[in-house]
Amino acid sequence: MDTTNQEEHRPDDLGRRHFLLSASAIAAMAVSGNALIHTSEAWGLEATGLKPETMRTLVKMARDIFPHDKIADKFYALAVKTYDEKAAKDAKLKSLIESGVAELDGFAREKYKTVYAGVGWERDRVNLLRRIQTGGLFKKLRGDLVVSLYNQKEVWPAFGYEGESASKGGYVNRGFSDITWL
Amino acid sequence: MATFALNDDSVVVVVGSGAGGGTLATDLALKGIKVVCLEAGKRYEAEDFINDEWESFAQLAWTDQRMTSGSWRVARDFAQLPAWIVKAVGGSTTHWAGASLRFQEHEFKARTTYGNVAGANLIDWPLTLADLAPYYDRAEDRMGVTRTHGIPGLPGSNNFKVFEAGAKKIGYKDVHTGRMAINSQPRQGRGACQQIGFCFQGCKSGAKWSTLNAELPRGEATGKLEVRPQSHVFKIEHDQKGKVTGVLYYDKDGKEQRQKARAVAVAGNSIESPRLLLNSHSAMFPNGLANSSGQVGRNYMRHMTGSVYAVFDKPVKMWRGTTMAGIIQDEAHHDTKRGFVAGYELETLSLGLPFMAAFLDPGAWGREFTTALDSYENMAGMWIVGEDMPQEKNRITLHASAKDKYGIPVANVHFDDHPNDIAMRAHAYRQGSAIYEAAGATRSFPTTPYPSTHNLGTNRMSDKARDGVVNKYGQTHDIKNLFVSDGSQFTTGAAENPTLTIVALAIRQAEYIADQMAKNVI
Repeated sequence: MDTTNQEEHRPDDLGRRHFLLSASAIAAMAVSGNALIHTSEAWGLEATGLKPETMRTLVKMARDIFPHDKIADKFYALAVKTYDEKAAKDAKLKSLIESGVAELDGFAREKYKTVYAGVGWERDRVNLLRRIQTGGLFKKLRGDLVVSLYNQKEVWPAFGYEGESASKGGYVNRGFSDITWL
Repeated sequence: MATFALNDDSVVVVVGSGAGGGTLATDLALKGIKVVCLEAGKRYEAEDFINDEWESFAQLAWTDQRMTSGSWRVARDFAQLPAWIVKAVGGSTTHWAGASLRFQEHEFKARTTYGNVAGANLIDWPLTLADLAPYYDRAEDRMGVTRTHGIPGLPGSNNFKVFEAGAKKIGYKDVHTGRMAINSQPRQGRGACQQIGFCFQGCKSGAKWSTLNAELPRGEATGKLEVRPQSHVFKIEHDQKGKVTGVLYYDKDGKEQRQKARAVAVAGNSIESPRLLLNSHSAMFPNGLANSSGQVGRNYMRHMTGSVYAVFDKPVKMWRGTTMAGIIQDEAHHDTKRGFVAGYELETLSLGLPFMAAFLDPGAWGREFTTALDSYENMAGMWIVGEDMPQEKNRITLHASAKDKYGIPVANVHFDDHPNDIAMRAHAYRQGSAIYEAAGATRSFPTTPYPSTHNLGTNRMSDKARDGVVNKYGQTHDIKNLFVSDGSQFTTGAAENPTLTIVALAIRQAEYIADQMAKNVI
């Protein structure tokens, strides 16, 4: 992940797009130039194959598809980051994603006068996702996320899952049978 | 290790090295018979296995293209992955959980016991429990099955303790940590279980029996067995008299080879075995080898399966310890008062977080799904395995257009649940949920069947040649020196995990083949 420092981007540089984003209360993930900046988690992501706004939408969609309040945005961003890299080389994928996101944003504007990522309540975003859930982008994103989100070893501790155990001698002496509440 | 020439027509060729093929190949070698075991996959040893679900899946699973059809949900969720089985030396014995149960007496007489079940293509097995009992005994001994031969049971894990507590509360009696081919104490050169988990990913301690760690090395030590990995058999050849003469296969470099043979035993699992017989069609056998009955590929069974997971208000950590850690056998009998024929077993099961995400409710999204995973640490799980009805229309066929990388038609797996399967599954979901609720579950999840791990019946045994593909020794009715040695020979599926029965049949078949060779009948 790129670690673009938000300090380098003064408000003057950000222009109208940034103003709109702030106005629609999605300041935690701001778009600046071709970068997606997460102010509270202090990470940035440079978009190369896709528009930075599109990356922001994908991160939001990823969370709304598999919402875990104890998982930071960073892991959702990591889960969708490969699309940006792949889209740079794959015009078909790029078009699937950009047009899918445009459609979703279109539905959001129709109903809420803002882009998908700017819609405040998860319930309302989920209703928007339902409108596209049989489409190519949603199916691909949901299907890929099952692996790209849950197969990140860094998220496993949040679920208590301990992963590999053979190198530690298994659990024969480490609590395979330690339940006490029954 | 022996090596045999491609033109050595005195060898027996065994196609596949799993429970059936690996055991048969080993036993024939132990009897002094020369064997070439052709295995499509690579050879990995215990140190190569990976405690990581997706990485291991990429290493071991059979992911060559297959197609699906029918109303089963797998066809929708995993359209090109009907089965979760292995492509590696040792076959699915590297992946299996280790449950080793004998079939019940009545299960060998399915047609007689269950009667005429509409839509089911039931027949009785051409052998009985009494016929197989001595071979079960030998299989249990060599596999080191717990609770047999004086071998103690495995200790109960957290997942088992929750399951046992709930089971006892609702009145089940026959509850224990299973008859498992996993060493509870060191035995036959293999150590005791370290409760690693990851049984499905290949046992890194070697405590779990597999043909890879327990059979093939013994066979190879005789100097009579050559295991040839990365050898994908695609056609069985025959002479003008209709006797098989050898096989064609693609070697590790993708080059076509011909291995001659005195006899051929097919043990590629219930999808690849019929595919191979069907793809071996010729002018003399236009519908495929051993298919005069038209039954090759039919009666595909996958067990009535499903899972029940449940979450509690406190941690369970079900992933710690053996993947399958215990069993309830109270529902395994046949009792039509429950609204279906035949029975089912309940066996604990755990999946790691990555596979739980993939299999808990394929296609699901949103908070109903993610709150379940949020409670992963507090989750317990069981698998349901029951007898499903053989149906002629459930079958393996050659796909009309899809071909593998060698240009060979791939298998299509068609499956529809029988009403009896559906009724049994509904009952098992209710019982499974009741067990967990009795143990204090706050929420339970009746989970849809995974891609099939038990693939059975597509070259079934029958007394009469018109009803099936092989006789009671797994010898094809049509061709004397062609055998089937895997779960595809099962006449019916019974409620029990199939591996022990496959091994017992292979031990019995090895005796028969040796006898027939000694008498020069084959």
